Amino acid sequence: MAAVPDRVHLNFLVNGEEAPVSFAPYKTLLEVLREDLNLTGTKHGCELGECGACAVLIDGEPQLSCLALGVECEGKRIETVEGLANGATLHPLQEAFADLGAAQCGYCTPGILMTAKALLDKDLHVNREQIKEAISGNLCRCTGYQQIFEAIEEAARRMKP
Amino acid sequence: MSLKVIGKARRRVDGRAKVTGLTKFADDIVLPRMVHCRLLRSPHPHADILDINVEKAQRHPGVHLVLTGKDFPITFGIMPVAQDEYPLANGRVRYVGDPIAAVIAKDEQTATEALHLVEVKFKVLKTITDPEEALQNPEPRIHDYGERGNIHRIQSYEFGDVAEALAKSDHVFDDLFFYEGNTHLPIEQHASVAAPDGEGKLTLWSSTQVPHYIHRALARALQMPAAHIRVIACPNGGGFGGKCDLHNHEIVVSRAALKLGRPVKICLNREEVFYMHRGRHPVLMRMRTGVTKDGKLTGMHVQTLLDGGGYGGYGAASTFYTGVLQTVTYELPRYKFDACRTFTNKPPCGPKRGHGTPQPRFGQEVQLDKIAAKLKLDPAELRLGIVAKPNSLTANWLKIGTIGLAECIRQVVARSDWKNRYAKLPSGRGIGLACSSYLSGAGLPIYWNKMPHSGVQLLADRSGQVTVFCGATEIGQGSDDVLAAMVAEVLGMDPYDIRCVTGDTALTPVDLGSYSSRVTVMMGNAAIQAAEKLKAQIAEAAAEQLEVIPDRMVFSQGRVFVPSDSNKSISFREAVEFAETKFGTLGAVGSYAPPRAPGRYKGAGVGPSPAYSYSACVVEVEVDKATGWIAVPKIWIAHDIGRTVNPVLARGQVEGSVYMGLAEALMEEQVFRRLPPKMSHALVHKIPSLLEYKSPTSLDMPEVDTILVEDPDPNCPFGAKEAGQGPLLPVMPAVANAIFDAVGVRIDELPITPDKILKALELKAKGKPPRVGPESFPAVPYPQPIFVAPPWEGGDGKETKRNDAAAVV
Repeated sequence: MAAVPDRVHLNFLVNGEEAPVSFAPYKTLLEVLREDLNLTGTKHGCELGECGACAVLIDGEPQLSCLALGVECEGKRIETVEGLANGATLHPLQEAFADLGAAQCGYCTPGILMTAKALLDKDLHVNREQIKEAISGNLCRCTGYQQIFEAIEEAARRMKP
Repeated sequence: MSLKVIGKARRRVDGRAKVTGLTKFADDIVLPRMVHCRLLRSPHPHADILDINVEKAQRHPGVHLVLTGKDFPITFGIMPVAQDEYPLANGRVRYVGDPIAAVIAKDEQTATEALHLVEVKFKVLKTITDPEEALQNPEPRIHDYGERGNIHRIQSYEFGDVAEALAKSDHVFDDLFFYEGNTHLPIEQHASVAAPDGEGKLTLWSSTQVPHYIHRALARALQMPAAHIRVIACPNGGGFGGKCDLHNHEIVVSRAALKLGRPVKICLNREEVFYMHRGRHPVLMRMRTGVTKDGKLTGMHVQTLLDGGGYGGYGAASTFYTGVLQTVTYELPRYKFDACRTFTNKPPCGPKRGHGTPQPRFGQEVQLDKIAAKLKLDPAELRLGIVAKPNSLTANWLKIGTIGLAECIRQVVARSDWKNRYAKLPSGRGIGLACSSYLSGAGLPIYWNKMPHSGVQLLADRSGQVTVFCGATEIGQGSDDVLAAMVAEVLGMDPYDIRCVTGDTALTPVDLGSYSSRVTVMMGNAAIQAAEKLKAQIAEAAAEQLEVIPDRMVFSQGRVFVPSDSNKSISFREAVEFAETKFGTLGAVGSYAPPRAPGRYKGAGVGPSPAYSYSACVVEVEVDKATGWIAVPKIWIAHDIGRTVNPVLARGQVEGSVYMGLAEALMEEQVFRRLPPKMSHALVHKIPSLLEYKSPTSLDMPEVDTILVEDPDPNCPFGAKEAGQGPLLPVMPAVANAIFDAVGVRIDELPITPDKILKALELKAKGKPPRVGPESFPAVPYPQPIFVAPPWEGGDGKETKRNDAAAVV
């Protein structure tokens, strides 16, 4: 049996930038992002795939980074909340979340923003039911969700050409 | 008063950080040379520790330090009356999850491995499972303090002769209710980082709602001068009361950082958060209420029995809160409450949103629904007929200011089309109504003193910048936004131009913390006072330059000017420059302490508040009689907020409360089970995971129609009361009342689940009373009550002999 290396060295593609990183091979993508790449914008609430706080986009799809191993992610396109704004210009989802009270404590916010981005990237003509369905894996304890629904709807409006 | 900032819908001042991932929560802090801590927790609910051997753990590669109870000889507790915990168990564990040892290692993985190498010998003790067992079994005592046996607190208060009031009533309603415990479930798991600074002093960053209390308690626990400890409350990823205690891990990492001379971090996993708990007490209640035939209350006698879990925590306060606020909503001539909190071998309970009051509120409002049904009165009309009077005293000597409750009831009744729908919807559909009230800040701190409850300091300089310092803590509710808004309103500035420095015991004046819905009122009043002082200085200097009298200066939109004279206008920055020239370095402080409450009896300190908020709620339900499934299509809620500071945030607080109330009504329960006898027979959490502990998702949450009722209260900053807890309270009883309207059954315990509906429907079909709920109330040895005559019976707010009061009448 081949020995398990203490660390592996891989090239990640995070938020459009190449990110070479070495880490212990047991680490989840969540841990690699937060601990080895210092991208602490992605949060954790359970590390068991239950709360949705750690959602990031992997090749454009929302995934729970606590359930993905870092070693699986080489060469994949990873998007986190740190890459959502365009330079200093916030993404319309970020603008709408901030303006409409969709972020209270802000802890579940990065995961919901990334999940919503994946939704709107596919279709800007989403209705309330589709929004509810899309973020049903992201728990929020502060808002009661209403202002989150409204912010996603408002962002979709602002993003329509 | 024309307000420029207050009442306008705005992006919160910290909104951008929260949507960019830049808000630094405690676990986001990474420091050079930082090592990681994990705690070994008890597998037994009740046991003596005979021996701990940490040698193997200490030798494990990568381990820096192992700590046990021997390293912590001093007890701690958040309240002075309950110093009953050790940071790591000192000979005894009292619930599954009680911390025993700590390993500090190069990373979490290594620390976790080493935990398994700690050898502990236990002598298992009999487990006390629930309050009834606690009452029946004075031995073994879980603690060697408290009232006696396993009773932690027991008390009785009577305001006027309640037996007489009930005897003279047209009807007396006698009901039992049970409210199951539940937990806060913040999405952020508790985290702390402790680090010695260059001078060897300690800094603790923590997810805490109460940095000042932590600062005080930590000084005692570490036996260190408070001046050498700095506590920084990171923004909390949700608090809801769960980050109000001083927690074991905060002391452990502090001690470890001082011993190792390097930063130590801990982040609890989700299972540990469930076990640490400090959440809603399970409460069994008996309520006897007298009414006249036209629906006026004559007297009420409430008895509560609380399951406190393994430690005191805030339990002494929780016990009071199950009894003190029944009087502030409706006119109640006489009132008696008996309360008892027992120790059990389960995770300690404490304050969760509404602290001790949602349980009796549930009973009170469901009972009012029963009263309305019996008297054939509309439940809304019944309540409108008995709403407490503004500027009045209650039977238990609480001072009520403004009350917007009648307007709240009228609003939800109108918006829900109540009159055309209550008792008129087809079978299986129903609507229910309930009301509530809550504190806008507790009248007393948790340790006795006469100092300010909140302090604010302002700094302004020639650059035109204004920085505001306050110990208040941002836990999601918008504390920083309220602070900036108050200062901006007074100084005529844009709130985004104000820098907030908050929740740091080394830099900010004391504020008691984010609990009891106190921040807006107390910090807000302190901020206004500070800002007015600064404004006066700036106005005087500007007026001198412009050769006008200071009283004519107006501060608005970043300028200081005389409205009638366009030549007399300068920028705020220029005005500050003149003021700095005239007075030297500029600064101002403000402070706030609540008004003294009129009650003079022992125990009168719990319940008073500068102002009470009021809420009314209508819930619509659809009940499937075949499955018992309960669907909630819509909720209407009106909240008397006094004045709205920022409507975006206020609505968020109200809807978040509705969400959490609905969750408690239908889903959430912190419940325990026995492991099989062949294992340890331990009492463990039934569902310590976010998947199994059910909370509403986006798909479960109904539409909420939120109405903010404004009736500014003179005790409050610009009239603003609380919004973060009160609106939770009416939701649970409104759900229960709606279910009765839908299918004619009473579920007198929470949560209301489909199996209970089916059981009640089955009873109904058999012609038995269609009710599911507690069947009996145990014999609790409540003491003779402290008797206080109500204000209208000639009392003076002091304890009196019953006969004296009668003589006065």
